[in-house]
Amino acid sequence: MSSTEQEKLLALPKKKFKILNLLWVIIFIAGLFISTNETKTDLGALFANFGQFADIFLQMLHPDWSYMATVIPLLLETIKMAILGTVIGSAVAFIYSLLIARNIVKNKAITGILRVIMNIIRTIPDLLLGAIFVAIVGIGPVAGVLALAICTFGIVVKLFYEAIETIDPGPIEALTAVGANKLQIIVFAVLPQVITYFISYCLYAFEINVRASTVLGYIGAGGIGLYLQQTLQVFDYPKTGTIIIVIIIVVVLIDYVSSKSREALMQ
Amino acid sequence: MDTIMKKLPPRPIDVKKRILHWLITIVTIGLVIWSCTGIDFGGIKETAGQIAGAIFSGIFHPDWSYVYNGSGEDLVSQLWETVCIAFLGTFISAIISLPFAFWAANTKHKHWYVSRTGKIVLAIIRSFPEIVLALMFIKAVGPGSAAGVMALGFHSVGMLAKLFSEAIENLDDGPNEAVTAVGGSKTNIIMFSTLPNLMPALISNTLYRFDVSIRSASILGLVGAGGIGYPLIIALQYRQWNRVGIILLGIIIMVIVIDWISGWIRKKLV
Repeated sequence: MSSTEQEKLLALPKKKFKILNLLWVIIFIAGLFISTNETKTDLGALFANFGQFADIFLQMLHPDWSYMATVIPLLLETIKMAILGTVIGSAVAFIYSLLIARNIVKNKAITGILRVIMNIIRTIPDLLLGAIFVAIVGIGPVAGVLALAICTFGIVVKLFYEAIETIDPGPIEALTAVGANKLQIIVFAVLPQVITYFISYCLYAFEINVRASTVLGYIGAGGIGLYLQQTLQVFDYPKTGTIIIVIIIVVVLIDYVSSKSREALMQ
Repeated sequence: MDTIMKKLPPRPIDVKKRILHWLITIVTIGLVIWSCTGIDFGGIKETAGQIAGAIFSGIFHPDWSYVYNGSGEDLVSQLWETVCIAFLGTFISAIISLPFAFWAANTKHKHWYVSRTGKIVLAIIRSFPEIVLALMFIKAVGPGSAAGVMALGFHSVGMLAKLFSEAIENLDDGPNEAVTAVGGSKTNIIMFSTLPNLMPALISNTLYRFDVSIRSASILGLVGAGGIGYPLIIALQYRQWNRVGIILLGIIIMVIVIDWISGWIRKKLV
């Protein structure tokens, strides 16, 4: 073996150059420049004013524990809102998913239209829904429950109808063969296969709802967010810190319990 | 022919399981009933139906003069600003997420407490309300979309780094060992085995996060951190229901388009 050949073997393999990849990189960098320009983001300004930022943070780190007693009732209201929103939203989602699953409803026109409606509902973020419902039904937890219910609906319906569509068609055919009607097919062939998934998705939506409900009060839709807004408005950061710590503890706790029970459910 | 049908054997009864199921059901029902107490459902305004109708009619009769008028305050430029906030915010968070992801990833050659603490830190970042973060950044850099970018950039780390760390945990050790076996250095391992294997997951997760960020960016305006949320809250306050309708329509179209594009890119990646 000559030395040049050996060198060739020792050299690292070259990657193939693709013009498309270069194009993607250019688009990406252009996007970065455009968006930096558009948003006028200047990280220098952040570092220059970092003292202020850190100051708020430090004040929050010295929470005012005496505020705790005031926070607890609204915290309970927040959890209630999350539970109610989840229950209402997932109950509607349950029926809706059965209507848009193509292996149950064979009519493509119906499922198609219902799916477009579902996709539109899914796009609106929770807080915007909250703001709109506050305008519609007035300030209070009802607006929050409605916003959360619609959010839950969006999350659960998508996951659940996909679960329904992937079930084993055998039991459905068997029940059709013995002359069962639609309701019997759903109860005895479809639901036993998907009910654990449904519960798991509801719990998942509940986790998201707890997180969302904590800030809904900020725009007047009930719950602990109300105090968040009040304390931030008067720059009472130690109290804000208390609220945030309470929120974090509750969210992490509920997340943990719910994800553990989801794991247990799926076994 | 024997017409007597055979009786099916009775279902086996697992008493323990049954008790557990009933307990869970009772507790759940109890919780739901408990949540119904204390929430005042009577507070719905009489005008609710009327306002909802006005917003709906706004969706179908858009105020075209607001859609684009070149002033920079119109719908299209606000939506464009929202997209830019989400893009830059996602980019920043993707960069910050990388070290966090390696910290939180539960791999073999690491003490258990390292990844555990990383995971807890990420959980705390995830649970820190985004709006509060936005307000803190507004204090630092002034109101505007820059505060939104930073809030988004830091908040997304919680979720994105979690997804990244899961991708790292799922990495196959084989390619690393292969590169080591033929005498590759640490940089060679990263260049030729870790990065190429990790890249698709990173890009796909970042794109997914971009979808979520678009929704968050349209919320941040509610507290004055730029984007479409601000004109929406103004329109709600001044009861311009037509305008609320058209802004909602704009958000819906924007989110659907972005979802569609990122879904298309993700499909190409796999």
